[in-house]
Amino acid sequence: MTVELFIQNVFNALTVGSLYALIAIGYTMVYGILRFINFAHGDIFMAGAYLIFFIAFHLSWPIAAILAIAGSSLLGILVDQTAYRPLRDAPRISALISAIGVSFFLENLALVVFTGLPRPAVQPKWMVDPIVVGGVHILPLTFLVPVVTAVLVLGLLWIVHRTRPGLAMRAISRDIETTRLMGVSIDRIIALTFGLGSALAAAAGIMWAMRYPQIHPFMGVIPGFKAFIAAVVGGIGSIQGAVMGGLLLGTVEVMAVAFNPTLSGYRDAFAFVLLIVILLFLPTGLVGEKIKDKI
Amino acid sequence: MMTGSGRTLRNQLSTLVAIILLALFLKWALTNFNGYQIQLLNLVAINAILALSLNFIYGFSGMFSLGHAGFMAVGAYVSALCVLTPEQKEIIWFLEPIFGPFANLHTSFFVSVLLGGLAAALMSFLIALPIMRLGGDYLGIATLGFSEIIRVLMTNLVPFTNGAIGLRGIPPYANIWVNYAWLIGTLYVIRSILKSNFGNVLKSIRDDEIAARTMGIDTTSHRTIAFCLGGFFAGVGGALLGSLITTIEPKMFNFQLTFNILLIVIAGGLGSVTGSVVGSAVITLMLEWLRIVEYPLTVNFSFLGLFQVGPTTIPGIPGMRMVIFALALMFIIIFRRQGLIGAREFSWDAFYGLPSTLKRFYQRRFGRARP
Amino acid sequence: MKLLKILAAALFAVSLMASTGQAQVKVGVYLPLTGQNAFGGQLELDGINLAAGTLPEVLGQKVELVVMDNKSDKVESANAVRRLIENDKVVAIIGTYGSSLALAGGEVAEASKIPVVGTSCTNPLVTQGKTYYFRACFIDPYQGAGAATYAVKNLSAKKAALLTDVSNDYAVGLSEFFKRSFLALGGEIVAELKYNSGDQDFTAQLTEIISKAPDVMFMPAYFAEGGIIMKQARELGATFRIMGGDAMDNPETVSIAGEAAEGFIHTSFPYDSNMPDMNAEAKAFTEAWKKANPDKEPNVNAALGYASYVMVLDAITRAGSADPAAITTALAATKDLNTPLGLLTLDKDHNPQMPVGIIEIKDGKRAYLGEITPE
Repeated sequence: MTVELFIQNVFNALTVGSLYALIAIGYTMVYGILRFINFAHGDIFMAGAYLIFFIAFHLSWPIAAILAIAGSSLLGILVDQTAYRPLRDAPRISALISAIGVSFFLENLALVVFTGLPRPAVQPKWMVDPIVVGGVHILPLTFLVPVVTAVLVLGLLWIVHRTRPGLAMRAISRDIETTRLMGVSIDRIIALTFGLGSALAAAAGIMWAMRYPQIHPFMGVIPGFKAFIAAVVGGIGSIQGAVMGGLLLGTVEVMAVAFNPTLSGYRDAFAFVLLIVILLFLPTGLVGEKIKDKI
Repeated sequence: MMTGSGRTLRNQLSTLVAIILLALFLKWALTNFNGYQIQLLNLVAINAILALSLNFIYGFSGMFSLGHAGFMAVGAYVSALCVLTPEQKEIIWFLEPIFGPFANLHTSFFVSVLLGGLAAALMSFLIALPIMRLGGDYLGIATLGFSEIIRVLMTNLVPFTNGAIGLRGIPPYANIWVNYAWLIGTLYVIRSILKSNFGNVLKSIRDDEIAARTMGIDTTSHRTIAFCLGGFFAGVGGALLGSLITTIEPKMFNFQLTFNILLIVIAGGLGSVTGSVVGSAVITLMLEWLRIVEYPLTVNFSFLGLFQVGPTTIPGIPGMRMVIFALALMFIIIFRRQGLIGAREFSWDAFYGLPSTLKRFYQRRFGRARP
Repeated sequence: MKLLKILAAALFAVSLMASTGQAQVKVGVYLPLTGQNAFGGQLELDGINLAAGTLPEVLGQKVELVVMDNKSDKVESANAVRRLIENDKVVAIIGTYGSSLALAGGEVAEASKIPVVGTSCTNPLVTQGKTYYFRACFIDPYQGAGAATYAVKNLSAKKAALLTDVSNDYAVGLSEFFKRSFLALGGEIVAELKYNSGDQDFTAQLTEIISKAPDVMFMPAYFAEGGIIMKQARELGATFRIMGGDAMDNPETVSIAGEAAEGFIHTSFPYDSNMPDMNAEAKAFTEAWKKANPDKEPNVNAALGYASYVMVLDAITRAGSADPAAITTALAATKDLNTPLGLLTLDKDHNPQMPVGIIEIKDGKRAYLGEITPE
């Protein structure tokens, strides 16, 4: 492989990896606090993409982005209030099944409302005109996605580590009952978590739709799965871990095909192989805290 | 009051009578039901086998497994490879030739289903080896991963599976008798295991693994055996499903299939054999029945001549069925999270005790009001 | 639980009110209206409905369409056909988009001896050896050969690369048939890359293909993925010609791929709203479509849905009865039938003989270049 090709593939990996990272953070936040896999996360991501698709027709692009993120955030909170909150004290499997129900519901509702026809996304031109440097083609978007991811992650880390609601979040993730006894309004903090997680999913949905401009009701399924794997690989519950997991997954997917093109048909399996290898040798992920399993 | 052995005899006779009644019902159904309704009866039986096997792994042995679609795929493909004739295989593998030794393989259907189940059991053994020490959600995630890897392999290994084009023309041997015989066999085996010492050990591991280990139980080997047994019946279910639909392809065995089975188990009642059978009937029939919302609908309604709605036709809404199904699922889980049956089981003792139970209930409730 | 009961009661009430009308001839339709192939199924349903609006009667009786969603799923597909036959007692069936769905449905129809006309299931296995399955479209070996012939003869391509959705039966088949014809015509295949349905990042595969510098890349994708592939290829600096199959034939291809679609060539069925010399039937279809759907361009899937309906009605008319066996015999003898796709005649394998249409995207518009007969 020539150096040029290799650099091209590094950028390819960076773009897709940072998108995975952005979606993975939402999974990891909810898991960290409630210890359940929010299967509807990928569908909030889809909702974000649809919202911006419709709003951007009428308003300028940045306002549309903000409205889409706010709308998805509300949707996330609504989902939590209706489908997860009644199940706080139930076994985790109940919440998981409810999440699957929400996921089916959102996907099919989108199908009923928007039909199955994929729609093109609005792409601001400056983002998708490639820059050519020595034979390597790079989209401005390739730089934008990691930068946005980094900014959002830093903001999130600030909220989690430097603010009172963040302190409450960390406390809940340690011991929900004690935190309740300390007078913290658990439901409000959980709603905030869902709001933040969904906002990130919507941001990812918007960026994803710019990179891969095709919006359809099932667009969240596969990215959602990959991001979930990224979250587990990084160490579920850890924000830094989700970012690392996303980048690692992107790199593995791209480089495995780059170095061995005949394996390109197996690309979707790489993510799962990586997942299993990590689970076997680093059961709590790359940076996951070493929680004692409940058994 | 009956003696213990008398009761056992009564219960065994009752089971026999129930099986005969089921057989009579099926015979009656074959002449009075149309093919579509019979197909639904078949699906109920196969879904019940699949739900039982998943319930055995998850509900009774406490291993959260999301790999069912993978086991079913192995069962379905191995069985189909065995039962297809060499001439059919030559037509089907038209892109790349079939892997040599498989070309002339041909067995009877019963053997093919058994081999399908055994292959799935072998696959679950290979998967269990590395991951059995994982607990809780991680086990679920890892099994889901393996199931997806199996699907990707099947898509790519064209000489073995014919890739995305799949297999077609699988002989439709899985008729109503075959499916219900397998269902009764599965029920019998799973009930016997659960009643045996091995079953009790499994439940003890599920309820408290550390306590079980302290008692000197080799938890890993018990769980591995349970996992393989569940895998075997998943493979059998997959083989029967393949023969029922007569065509299979890798895409069919995606994670949605696993979820559908999981929903049946949860809706019926986790840890209840009765629940899995009831759940399979309810969910399978409900999914079909919900199709009415996708039909065009003519509304012509008048209330005591006071006001009149219609006649007007509302067009069917594609996708609405799954919206309602998803909502119904959420209602079940939020308002009756233990499922339809809960962890309870049907037993003949409870069945024959029903009159006296009802009497007691009646007396307790209305006893005082009686003169 | 109470809520569940109320829901069940409400649904039951709704089901009691559902009325099916008093039509005489029932024709079933099974298409993917939800799931991953929903876009194709919905377009074809539009075409069928349009035809039913234009030709509402046969043999003096009203035609009633019974539409089933097969959810892009094989099990559902078999169920839907069974339900159409057993519950709704249809005399003939139209469907479906997607060959694997047609294979599952076809087994049921074959066993029940009810004729089916396939809309756009192009895999040869769908009708091979079947008595009751027919279709309104050509088959993949023919289409692949058409694309390869065009690449070699008209584009003078010597080196080709393939990018195939390995989990899509249509793509796998078409890719292989293109490869065989391209090699037979003296070309060379320099790269064979693969991906899975639902993937959206093709940069690794495309970077590899670009490094092999082919003259043409053949990509038998569905239009939504195809649009994204073209876009990413151009972003990565690809200069070769990109070609696709009939599944790329959709007005949305251009809106998704934008400028990247410029110069893209794909094979299709011989209908296009912009084709230069349109036959009378195609004109009638185009006008009827524009009247019924002023906001949507007529497309080839709708034309296929329309043609399938016309085939069924023609067969019922020639049979002189709505008996499934008579319709089957009449369908097999379909000859010189006027459809939007030209004069349609079925061969002994129930496949129509029609030329392969070639479409190029020029200035953001689809241009119908003409027709080619494969070598």
